[in-house]
Amino acid sequence: DLNDKAGQFFNSGHTNNWAVLVCTSRFWFNYRHVANTLSVYRSVKRLGIPDSRIVLMLADDMACNHRNPKPATVFSHKNMELNVYGDDVEVDYRGYEVTVENFLRVLTGRLPASTPRSKRLLSDDRSNILIYLTGHGGNGFLKFQDSEEISNVELADAFEQMWQKRRYNELLFIIDTCQGASMYERFYSPNLMALASSQVGEDSLSHQPDLAIGVHLMDRYTFYLLEFLEDIHPSSTTNMNQLFKVCPKSQCVSTPGHRTDLFLRDPGRVLITDFFGSVRKVEITMETINLSSPMEPLPER
Amino acid sequence: MGLLSDPNRRRALIGMLTRLNAPICMICYMAGVAWFMGLAFEPFTLRTYMSENAMGSTMVEERFPAGERALATGREFAAHKKKTGGMPVDWLVRTMQARGLEVYTQRFSRKLPFPDEDKERYMVKGTNVYGILRAPRAPRTEALVLSAPCSPGNENNQAVGILLGLAQYFRSQIYWAKDIIFLVNEHDLIGMQAWLEGYHHTNTTGMDWSPLQGRGGSIQAALSLELSSDVVTSLDLVLEGLNGQLPNLDLANLFYAFCQKIGVLCTTQGKLPRNDWDTTSGYSHAVQTMMLMVLKQASSRPWGDHGLFLRYHIEAASIKGVNSFRPYKTDATTVGRLLEGMYRKLNNLLERLHQSYFFYLMPSLTRFVSIGYYMPAFGLLALILLLRALDLWVQLSSPPTRTTEDGVEVVPASPGVLSILTPLVISHLTGVALYTLPVLSQELAVEHFPVSETEAVVLTAIAIYTGGTRSHDTHRLLAGEGTEQGWKVLKLVAVLYLAVLLGCTALINFSLGFILALTLVPLAAFITPHVPKTLSAVVMVILSPGLTLLFAVFFFQELQETPVTLQEGWMLYLSVISQGILDHALYGSLLYPLAALLVYPCWLLFWNILFWK
Repeated sequence: DLNDKAGQFFNSGHTNNWAVLVCTSRFWFNYRHVANTLSVYRSVKRLGIPDSRIVLMLADDMACNHRNPKPATVFSHKNMELNVYGDDVEVDYRGYEVTVENFLRVLTGRLPASTPRSKRLLSDDRSNILIYLTGHGGNGFLKFQDSEEISNVELADAFEQMWQKRRYNELLFIIDTCQGASMYERFYSPNLMALASSQVGEDSLSHQPDLAIGVHLMDRYTFYLLEFLEDIHPSSTTNMNQLFKVCPKSQCVSTPGHRTDLFLRDPGRVLITDFFGSVRKVEITMETINLSSPMEPLPER
Repeated sequence: MGLLSDPNRRRALIGMLTRLNAPICMICYMAGVAWFMGLAFEPFTLRTYMSENAMGSTMVEERFPAGERALATGREFAAHKKKTGGMPVDWLVRTMQARGLEVYTQRFSRKLPFPDEDKERYMVKGTNVYGILRAPRAPRTEALVLSAPCSPGNENNQAVGILLGLAQYFRSQIYWAKDIIFLVNEHDLIGMQAWLEGYHHTNTTGMDWSPLQGRGGSIQAALSLELSSDVVTSLDLVLEGLNGQLPNLDLANLFYAFCQKIGVLCTTQGKLPRNDWDTTSGYSHAVQTMMLMVLKQASSRPWGDHGLFLRYHIEAASIKGVNSFRPYKTDATTVGRLLEGMYRKLNNLLERLHQSYFFYLMPSLTRFVSIGYYMPAFGLLALILLLRALDLWVQLSSPPTRTTEDGVEVVPASPGVLSILTPLVISHLTGVALYTLPVLSQELAVEHFPVSETEAVVLTAIAIYTGGTRSHDTHRLLAGEGTEQGWKVLKLVAVLYLAVLLGCTALINFSLGFILALTLVPLAAFITPHVPKTLSAVVMVILSPGLTLLFAVFFFQELQETPVTLQEGWMLYLSVISQGILDHALYGSLLYPLAALLVYPCWLLFWNILFWK
């Protein structure tokens, strides 16, 4: 049974976790997209992924927008229960830096040599990556900054490049936009799992407006996702099947969808913390090292 | 072969055109009028909707608490106004400064071309006072304006009170992304014109003003408030501005959205909204509302202080408080909340309002007709002119030959250039006289006749207008006998001239173009020297621009449910003419020059054709 437990411990093949969280819309009336992204950021940090492993891309600054009646805050719930901006948020790509080109370069690793480490996705073949996108989308595309789009084909090809370069072990893709399911239709690389907030032809709806701030604070899907994630702690054993049940049609009005056919493991055996948390694995070695005797080179394996 | 390149088919087409010309013209005219009347029919209109994404829904919490205090400030303002006998500049400056605004004043003076009834003197002098609320965290690149006029007597005190109350409330909020300018202007439109010219560093109307010491960036939107009672039963929205320009429809949509949210009764053209569009009385109500808008737009004058902003591409509207005999009254706090909500939404704007329509007609506050729907009405009328021109062209290119007594066939000689040019030049000279002489010769007139300057100007204008009808003799004096071909060429030129004139007018100011077309097009179509002279002369005079204006004045009063007697109507007519001349001199309204220099000469050309020998 010890072996069993050890076996369970090494159930997944990843040794580190990364997260790429992107909000693609700017302007004050798109406050909710920034709040969406910051909610996922908050959950991911709380469950253990450090800032050095998170690439956060926010297309506009809502906390310091002149129209924000509560400066330096971004709220996710009316009555201002939860300030997801906090005081330790680190934004890696901000404002006009959030472009399709930069996003694809981050994913594929083709960045100029002068790019600082905080702006790179330095994942390897044992990394589990969580990618979260939110903004305005349509059938087969996602709008960046009101001026360009990324298509589902481009995204699928980027993931294939990542697979070829062995930049991920397993990848969870979550998208909260209108017609979000169209973005994962074209994936063809192995070990990809995808969730979307609405099917093709459906709009993802926002949750609730806050009259004091004057905008919608969050989208429904991410609101219920955040509620779900608040119950997860680093050692919980909740699996992906529960995540698929988040925000049924009665709460979301749109029908959330998911795709698991490219994923090699059974989703029921995949823990939420495999992607949202950063559980550090320790490898047990059976060798002993004598520290008092003079050093000898280790024998060849 | 093609329809137009096959000579047989072409002849057949032309033959049909010449034979059926009169019937087709009649049908076009009736279709144009029917189309226009149909615009007010509710199933043919669209419901208004908010087009600007940034303004979204009415999702703000209005919390303005101080309606009563605002009214008290208004009463203080009234007292100081009475004490100083004009604009209480010092009191206003002190009060605005106490509310934390940056206050500046502007002096202006204007020499009127002739004194009108309101001012009764040549020189108008005044001061504007405005306070700028700086946005706490934003750069000073954009601004919004709230203005209230300082009117003599007991008018608009509550408006100034609410303006100052809102200024105090707005000052304590931190969510302003644009500067807000609170302006109290003296002498209504003259003061507003001085302020706008000073703000934008332009001097288009020859006014004297002191330069503005403080500015706030480019103005995105402006609202002008007129409120003369402590409680209101409804709020009226005024949109028509100078030269028939209208603000973006989104401003009206914003106003209506907040009226619905807060529960205030809102109207346009002072007409209450009705639900029974399928009954005759409901339909006629909609037609009346639309006709009021058409007449106001055609008059090319600004119908509120907001009208002058539109020229600078600033979307602006006036909100008038109306207190009539209805049981449900709205207090000042609610009016303040409505304005607060509107300004919070305008604050969210990222670009100037441009998503919605700039050219529209509104049969009611919730329904509109866009330019794509109303322009065909004018197009059908313009088509008549083109058909007539084609007919004349065909007649001119194949003139009927005459046989003289010798039996020799003689093709009639083409008319000399002089016989065409003379009526044109004489008509336009008369037009120039109509434009310049009334104002220039007012001293002469006052010396010789017992009338005031205003009356002198107006009566001179009318005299020149009727005197010009004698010009038809002049061409005979100068160019000798006219020929059959002569009047046809002149009519062709006149019809095309009228078509271009009306077309250009309709593009800028649809209502003016349409009203002129309604009366001038049938005239242009059917006038020849061969119709019965006296009857046609009477019809021509009735359809002339001068009398169209007279009928429009009577009709306007009927629509506003304040019908006037003949005597009062005539006095109103004279004051409308003087106001038109004054508007042109003071603000650059284009109705008077258009009518005097272009429309009147065109009408004179047709008069010449009627009396062609």
